[in-house]
Amino acid sequence: MKKTLLVCLILSFIDFIYAVNDDLILEDKFPKKLSSFSFFQDNGAQSPTEGVLPYELISALFSDYSYKQRWVYIPKGEQASFRQDEVFDFPVGSALIKTFYYPMDERDLNLGQRLMETRLLLRKENGWEAVSYAWNETQDEAFIKKAGKTILNEWIDFNGDTRSVRYRVPNKNQCKECHANNDAMSPIGPKARNLNKVFQYSDESINQLTKWMKLDFISTVSEELNTPVDWNETNHLLDERARSYLDINCGHCHSSSGAANSTGLYLNLTETREKHIGIYKKPVATGRASGNLKYSIVPGKPEESILLQRMISTDPGIMMPESGRSLSHTEAIELIEKWILSL
Amino acid sequence: MQNLLLITLLVISSLSLSSKQVVLGPSSDSQEEIQEALIDLEPGDVLTLKSGEYFFEDGISLDVDDVIFEGSGINETILNFGSQVSGAQGLLVTSNGVTIRDFAVLDAKGDAIKVIGADGINMVRLRTEWQGGPKETNGAYGFYPVESKNVLIDGCVAIGASDAGIYVGQSQHIIVKNSIAQYNVAGIEIENSFYADVFDNIASHNTGGILIFDLPDLPQQGGHHVRVFRNKAINNDTDNFAPEGNIVGEVPRGTGIIIQANSEVEVFDNDIYGNGTVNLSIVTYGYETEDENYNPHPKSIQIHGNRFGEGGFDPDVETGELASILFALSEGDMPDIFWDGILPTSQLILGQPDNEKLVMSNNGDATFLTLNPIKYMLPFFDPVERDIAEYDGEIRPLPPVVLN
Repeated sequence: MKKTLLVCLILSFIDFIYAVNDDLILEDKFPKKLSSFSFFQDNGAQSPTEGVLPYELISALFSDYSYKQRWVYIPKGEQASFRQDEVFDFPVGSALIKTFYYPMDERDLNLGQRLMETRLLLRKENGWEAVSYAWNETQDEAFIKKAGKTILNEWIDFNGDTRSVRYRVPNKNQCKECHANNDAMSPIGPKARNLNKVFQYSDESINQLTKWMKLDFISTVSEELNTPVDWNETNHLLDERARSYLDINCGHCHSSSGAANSTGLYLNLTETREKHIGIYKKPVATGRASGNLKYSIVPGKPEESILLQRMISTDPGIMMPESGRSLSHTEAIELIEKWILSL
Repeated sequence: MQNLLLITLLVISSLSLSSKQVVLGPSSDSQEEIQEALIDLEPGDVLTLKSGEYFFEDGISLDVDDVIFEGSGINETILNFGSQVSGAQGLLVTSNGVTIRDFAVLDAKGDAIKVIGADGINMVRLRTEWQGGPKETNGAYGFYPVESKNVLIDGCVAIGASDAGIYVGQSQHIIVKNSIAQYNVAGIEIENSFYADVFDNIASHNTGGILIFDLPDLPQQGGHHVRVFRNKAINNDTDNFAPEGNIVGEVPRGTGIIIQANSEVEVFDNDIYGNGTVNLSIVTYGYETEDENYNPHPKSIQIHGNRFGEGGFDPDVETGELASILFALSEGDMPDIFWDGILPTSQLILGQPDNEKLVMSNNGDATFLTLNPIKYMLPFFDPVERDIAEYDGEIRPLPPVVLN
């Protein structure tokens, strides 16, 4: 009897330690250390606390070849609600957690990794707030970096070549540059359509939306999701792959309600007007970033298309996106080049 | 005495309760220090940078409402972005009710100062400059407020932008005054904007001095109610160095003022001279567009009481088509004021409503040239008309812009 009590006590104590700190998510001030939130059970932030669920997106934003691991947390008893073509409407107290890292060697992921930063989007009473925590050298704690940080990193890529990156942890304002929609902060990734794929959970392999319903994270989704394709999967149509890549990499700013709406260039998946997708569209306030070219996209002529040239460039006055990239995304450049040739 | 001390203490403590002033000087870590200070400001606060030069590798940004970010003088506090490796502009402001003043932003890789989506932005005694002179590789804009309301640019200096020194785009309620724009492609450009007063400025040694433009396929278009007065649009003589593809790349060297599309534009009491192609040009948007909501024609334009001097003495036939067309039409006798005469088709037949007609009064001995589109289409008629007196008419002054 005594023994059982003791076990119970220990168990509840463990539960107490490994429970997400709900109050901290709602507080005005951010804690200095990532570990204060208790999203993870270990200092290296690899094993999530119960209730913190990993997820993946079908098509992901390019961030200088870094790898990303994502988790969602919804307070117990609460639910997110489905919105057509938009991110889920998450309840107050929710958190989206994303860790950026580089493997030591992409040819063998078991050789370990180096964590760069963990970004949080926290759903407070008055809306979403973004903050980033940069990992220390010893990789056992991440510290708040409101003004951003530069981390120099090297890794070995799939071809065995050593690559280096001047990785930028964004500052608080830069988070907003991409995440502002109609002036309010908003997540970008977790739309139902981007989650509509099978994921290997620790206990089962199942469609993520089904899993979220099983866990009562959500109650319903529409059947018409406009699910994008993984731009990286060559068995899909070229047009679908290209539009999917542009949607997730550009469409959060380049849409009629995004931060770049003054350009008139809209690359979100639901845009259908050729001019606004960039075809024979003249630049507006592009300056030298036009690279002496006349149109965003000239069908059949990638070398004359500003859009592609700005993807290739790494000059801060020219390149797109404006932040979060210092390297060219070679594979995507090939994709968009082929797509423009095919138009 | 004790009372005075008490009062002083009370004032100090109440000030410190409601707002704070943060003062920073140059350091080896200015990037992080200044960016962190900008993030940590609260409404009512002031961030002051002491005299000196501050170096940045990344852009910096401000997103807190109702704060002041100031330096200690246009030549004393220098924000140097010459070694910038990331960020599409030097300084970005995205919040409301902000005043920035008394510093310079030099050699940004993209735009120097960009303000987006702000209601209330005061840019006072600031300088943006690319120090290597006019170059295609300079950033596009010096001052670049866009999608903003209640925009004040006062006592600023803009030098060397490869597009426009001072560019206000898709904004409303704008005052640009007491400022100097030199060695840019466009000195001052008001584009797709409503209610702008541009006065007491000097636009010289640019490719084009002052541009009032409207472009299609944008969230805000149909620019209107722009007053341009008491400016000097003089000696604009820099070769066009804009990268191709940009609308200002079409501006010929030696243009004083251009009005393109737009309605309700009043240009008065300006000094306009020393512009080798044309002192003042009023033109239709020259490209095809499928945008049904866009009006490519300028209308309700009033030009009065300006002082025109020498112009058209060195037409830039290399850039765009305007100068060569004008040179051919005028047979070398270049006018001070050119209107392309293009009207919507319906108005060619039915005539232009009186309130939309171009009015030009009291401009001294300014010369004029336009094309009569009907004569242009018929054989045996000379379409060129040069009688400015035909456009004399009553001036309907536009109301002044009031900022909130």
